[in-house]
Amino acid sequence: MSVTDLSTDFLLESAPPAHALVNVSFTLREGEVLGLVGESGCGKTTLMLSLMRLLPANGRITSGTVNFMGQDLLDLGENAMADMRWKHIAMIFQGAMNALNPVQRVGDQIAEAIVQHNYIQEKGVVDGRVAELLDLVGIGPERRRQYPHQYSGGMRQRAMIAMALACNPQIIIADEPTTALDVMVQAQILELLDTLRQRLGLSILFVTHDLGVVAEMCDTVLVMYGGVTVEYASVDTIYNDPQHPYTRELLRAFPDLSRPTEKLASIPGHPPRLNALPPGCRFAPRCPAVFDRCHTEQPALHQVKLGHWASCHLVERM
Amino acid sequence: MSSIVEVTHLRKLFPVKKGGLFDRQEKFVHAIDDVSFTVERGEVLAVVGESGCGKSTLALTLMGLERPTSGVIQINGQNIATLKGKEIQVVRRHVQMIFQDPYESLNPIMTIADIVAEPLKVHGLVKNKQERQERVIRALEDAGLKPALNFMHRLPQELSGGQRQRVVIAGALVLEPELLIADEPVSMLDVSIRAEILNLLLELRQMRGISIVMITHDLGTVGYVADRIAVMYLGRLVEIGPALQVLQQPHHPYTRALLSVVPVPNPRQRRERVILQGETPNPINLPPGCRFHPRCPVAQPRCQETDPMLQPVAAAHEAACLLLSSG
Amino acid sequence: MSPSPPPIRSFWRTFRRNRMGMVGAVMLILAVLIAVFAPALAPYNPYQPTRVTIDDIYAPPSPAHPFGTDDAGKDVLSSFIYGARVSLIVGFFASFISVVIGGVIGISAGFYGGKLENGLMRFTDIMLVIPDFPLIVLLVALTKPSLLNIIVVIGLLGWTSSARLVRSQTLSVKQRKFVLRARAIGAGNFHIIRRHIFPLVLPLIVVNTVLVISLAVLNESALSFLGLSDPTKISWGQMLNFAFTRGAMSAGAWWALVAPGLGIVWLVLGCTLLGQGLEQVLNPRLETHHLSVGSKMVARMMGMKEKPSEVKAVSGD
Repeated sequence: MSVTDLSTDFLLESAPPAHALVNVSFTLREGEVLGLVGESGCGKTTLMLSLMRLLPANGRITSGTVNFMGQDLLDLGENAMADMRWKHIAMIFQGAMNALNPVQRVGDQIAEAIVQHNYIQEKGVVDGRVAELLDLVGIGPERRRQYPHQYSGGMRQRAMIAMALACNPQIIIADEPTTALDVMVQAQILELLDTLRQRLGLSILFVTHDLGVVAEMCDTVLVMYGGVTVEYASVDTIYNDPQHPYTRELLRAFPDLSRPTEKLASIPGHPPRLNALPPGCRFAPRCPAVFDRCHTEQPALHQVKLGHWASCHLVERM
Repeated sequence: MSSIVEVTHLRKLFPVKKGGLFDRQEKFVHAIDDVSFTVERGEVLAVVGESGCGKSTLALTLMGLERPTSGVIQINGQNIATLKGKEIQVVRRHVQMIFQDPYESLNPIMTIADIVAEPLKVHGLVKNKQERQERVIRALEDAGLKPALNFMHRLPQELSGGQRQRVVIAGALVLEPELLIADEPVSMLDVSIRAEILNLLLELRQMRGISIVMITHDLGTVGYVADRIAVMYLGRLVEIGPALQVLQQPHHPYTRALLSVVPVPNPRQRRERVILQGETPNPINLPPGCRFHPRCPVAQPRCQETDPMLQPVAAAHEAACLLLSSG
Repeated sequence: MSPSPPPIRSFWRTFRRNRMGMVGAVMLILAVLIAVFAPALAPYNPYQPTRVTIDDIYAPPSPAHPFGTDDAGKDVLSSFIYGARVSLIVGFFASFISVVIGGVIGISAGFYGGKLENGLMRFTDIMLVIPDFPLIVLLVALTKPSLLNIIVVIGLLGWTSSARLVRSQTLSVKQRKFVLRARAIGAGNFHIIRRHIFPLVLPLIVVNTVLVISLAVLNESALSFLGLSDPTKISWGQMLNFAFTRGAMSAGAWWALVAPGLGIVWLVLGCTLLGQGLEQVLNPRLETHHLSVGSKMVARMMGMKEKPSEVKAVSGD
């Protein structure tokens, strides 16, 4: 999947439209895990919903292309797009409890996901497929007749993953899949996703704010702030040679067990609200390295070196 | 100087009703099972564990919101279980709590000033409006909401998550407590502001000598704030000791496993991870012997029989594992 | 202390855009205005005896009597205008009694729980299964059918639904963390109910009151229609009763039936619309804060039709 210059506006009452997403581009190769990182309200969810074309009624995609399997997803008709969702691009959500129907057996919900998309129709084959999926995510076959509330948090997330895999999708969008879980369960789920990636050749768009998880899971990282791409590079570059001040600050704010004596830093202030964006660089009000130009001019995404992009006036100057 | 909190052989069981109409058996959830520890004045003790390990119950019991089944909790030398009426109010004034979810722990229809003033009204601590106003302003500014007048007449939903957590802290500070119990104070906040809140807590410790018991599942942050770390598993303390020692030389296999799976934000530092399979067993039917043995990567036959006690492994550092005694 | 103005202003801003609620409010306000200014609006005083000729009985609508006359030759329009008073008085006061009882029972049961809740709720259930209306008829018939008695009887029997609603809302507010925080501060039960529970249950009580008014109005009309009304007060039900029993049908005097009938419908419809409008505006569950990925999103994502009966999650405990 390759995304170029995707922009999304939200139409507001009694105000000009808010530019929630501006010219975001990235490529997701086969078998790649791309980490989408940023604080809450930085546009992660908007990007995800734009890709799936599930924006709320006041959201409009204003420009860009989303190339996937040789076609532009933004040009597809509503029916063709509905066919695309889940069959080719599936999603895993944060709170698995909310995402599962509490009054339906887990096995039946997975079966429903399969039948709904005409992946398989014959009853016997569907049952076999459900068993296969549950086995894939490490849920014992005896538990398919249970209800979601009989599952623990980790099991529910596994069930969600099984549902996402129902139609053999090529891409999985994982929205904070481990945020509410304990570290040990988180480790189990991450290990599972990693195995599935290798076995099924899945591409994963991993949305999270946990930089530790990103370091362990992802191949490339896209850092977002205020709806703009701040930095986009391989995971090693992001952690060991970050160019954008926001990326650096974010890393300094994240606790690192291997250096427990250092003082933890914070980024004062909060992300801009979409209806009150600063005129220049969106990070300028919180940036420690800010100078005059930042307040008036928005920096463009600039290639630092091959495969490493950052949008900062300081980077351009070098 | 005496410790501010002294917990000895604390036990908290919750009855659960199981079985049909006729053969009702009383069973118990062992939320806290024989836990002893102390908190010194001005100390930050982190209680770490996964969900269901009993750490939240421990917080509520320390607050006097749950009655212990047995055991003694002494705060400032007074056993809070035997206190009644007025006396318990006085002790409670010195122990305040900070909650995990700053979005839920503030009444959405009260102004910030009302919220922070509420404890003063409840305890009838101020005589007039002006004094109350002054103390509210002082608490808000101590909690880093400056200038306080900008915030006082707003409603919680107009503030960001970090600011709300500061309001909760101000609401605790206004009573000038000696002990703060912080239940996952930053886990709902964005990474970029977590440090602010943690640093604020540390500042309060330094300025006012407040002791803090921090309940958390996030091992990543405890090293920055805690003096000592206590690790809980299934209602038991399995390891307790100075923060750096526990983080760098953990003795209990559970602590080791937990530490090994905390993601490190550096792709060049890949470590050997010990991923425990399965989940924490339910605290109703506890395994015999060491309660960690069914998931323990180094368990031995004798672990199924003997329940290990905490024993010293280094200066001020204790762990409860049978393998430690044999060397 | 008064709640700060912004919520009220924002409430008004949302409510104004709720067409259903606004229509209901206007209908209700109009009815209240008619009742209050009845002496000024009514062309005749229905309580004053009038001299009647045979032509005056069931006279069809005419410029002198726009709604015609009734069996006693009285002006239907005037009776109709005065009748609004009884319906509204009974509606407001009876529902006030109901809601106070229901609120106290609901909040106590929800907040204290345990045996008290069990007792109160079993009592509520018993009251709920007893058919209200026959009991109301019985009680009013046994006592003197005065306005006060009617109000008290309707009020005393109409609180069950409020009690159940208020209890469930109390239960959900009680779970919220700020109540735990208040406890941690050291606040007592009374303080918590007054400052944290009641203000958050209040919107529901307001909505419920409006709906209970319509019930009380209906009950009162039905009572009067059965002849169990205060004979000294004109009410819409009584007008219907007289018209029905004294040959309006056979005389073809539809106007004597239509006017009070429409009045009842007007009031009940007004209350229902206003109540539903208020519910939509006040009910926090229907509010959407920001982009959230919930079960609906999953359903859309999976291309399924949204299920209308989304059962709230039974959390595992």
